[in-house]
Amino acid sequence: MIPAPFDYVRPASLDEACQVLGEAASSGDDVKVLAGGQSLLPLLRLRLAYPSALVDLGRLPELRGVEDRGDHVFIGALTTHDEVLRSGVVRERIPLVALATATVADPAVRHRGTFGGSMAHADPAGDLPAVALALDCVFVVRSGEGEREIPAAEFFVDYLESALEPGEVLIGVKVPALGPGWGFHYEKFHRTAQAWAIVGVAAAVRRSNGTIEEARIGLTNMGSTPVRARAVEAAIRGVSIAAAGSNGAHDPVRDACAGADEGTSPPSDLHAQPDYRRHLARVLTHRAIGVAGR
Amino acid sequence: MPRITVTVDGITYQEDVEPRLLLVHLLRDRLGKTGTPIGCDTGNCGACTVMLDGMSVKSCSVLAVQADGNDVVTIEGLAHGNEWHPMQKAFHEEHALQCGYCTPGMIMAAIDLLRDDPDPSEETVREGLEGNLCRCTGYCNIVRAVRRGAREMSQRSMPEQAEQTEREVRTP
Ligand code: FES
Ligand code: FES
Repeated sequence: MIPAPFDYVRPASLDEACQVLGEAASSGDDVKVLAGGQSLLPLLRLRLAYPSALVDLGRLPELRGVEDRGDHVFIGALTTHDEVLRSGVVRERIPLVALATATVADPAVRHRGTFGGSMAHADPAGDLPAVALALDCVFVVRSGEGEREIPAAEFFVDYLESALEPGEVLIGVKVPALGPGWGFHYEKFHRTAQAWAIVGVAAAVRRSNGTIEEARIGLTNMGSTPVRARAVEAAIRGVSIAAAGSNGAHDPVRDACAGADEGTSPPSDLHAQPDYRRHLARVLTHRAIGVAGR
Repeated sequence: MPRITVTVDGITYQEDVEPRLLLVHLLRDRLGKTGTPIGCDTGNCGACTVMLDGMSVKSCSVLAVQADGNDVVTIEGLAHGNEWHPMQKAFHEEHALQCGYCTPGMIMAAIDLLRDDPDPSEETVREGLEGNLCRCTGYCNIVRAVRRGAREMSQRSMPEQAEQTEREVRTP
């Protein structure tokens, strides 16, 4: 379908963008920020969204790029998925981001779609929000009033709803670089013709001497926001990784993953019923930890 | 109405566009480039794939205003006069199409994936074409065609480069 009409503004600077968004916020206009548009344009075409104006950040190069800052990597909001995947810093310092980004949609979408856009869109079926939650990323947000930081645990508020206030724009994300000893994996279950996760699991695992010391698990599409599998994180501490996946024998990692769906409220749609998603969460968490803990 | 400047298949156009005009509609309805079809409303099928500044994009998921100042190549811009692009030829020779609806997008995505790997394995081709759906062929001949097109392109680029150097040398 052809989208409903809207006005279009293309700010030439971040300050101008903040000003435009600030004015729209105070007059109560329903403006949307346009980054790569790979989620927004399909919504407009299906007429599921009717913004009065789009504020296109696409020509703000200062919001683009990956920067190694020692204890964390800063990813500018406008950095495309393709740029993230081509970044050596991302691959070496925050490999979980690379692993998950490689599963986002397809090459053409990754050429346009942005890291920040996928976060601000706050789709619980998106792959990157679960990664941000698992790694305790910090979201850097700007408005006319200045800058503030929002921890991932507070950023994802509800289905397609982030903690961004009207007038605020996401300028980048701080991704903690976990030290040596950590292993990572993103395990995703989806239909071949559609890259949306039916369920996905982002896992970071720290092991030493064959046991798991610490794990961080983020779940994709198991509720109206991404969720942490806290029960697994608690149960997996001190478990021997050696036995993981061992056929037939008792597998303590599998036992620890039995609670992967605890505290979730998975959606029901044409791809899966909630009970099936709960099953997937357990199985995929087991697989993800098996790979990340290797 | 915003005025944009966009180059499509080597010709530069200035167009007044409504902000909601999709790039694919600009191409088809304004510029007559109907070689690029539309297959879905969700950005899934890839039928509308074109090159935007040298990278594949789904032209149904880009606004015409977002392409302001950029360079677009569609399936119609690939051939040289009467001579098909090697990838077009390979699709023909390997019978890589039945109804042909997905073909323009497939060919654009195929050429794009060769930027990273000029001699791709079957798996690389399948991954590179992940965003392009075909309802007819079952993909086998498409994969074969992409690999054949790739081989022909790399063979061809060598004499072409030599010829170009020759021309440059000759120019006084
Ligand atoms: S028409 Fe563009 S992806 Fe289907
Ligand atoms: S040839 Fe018919 S859709 Fe591909």
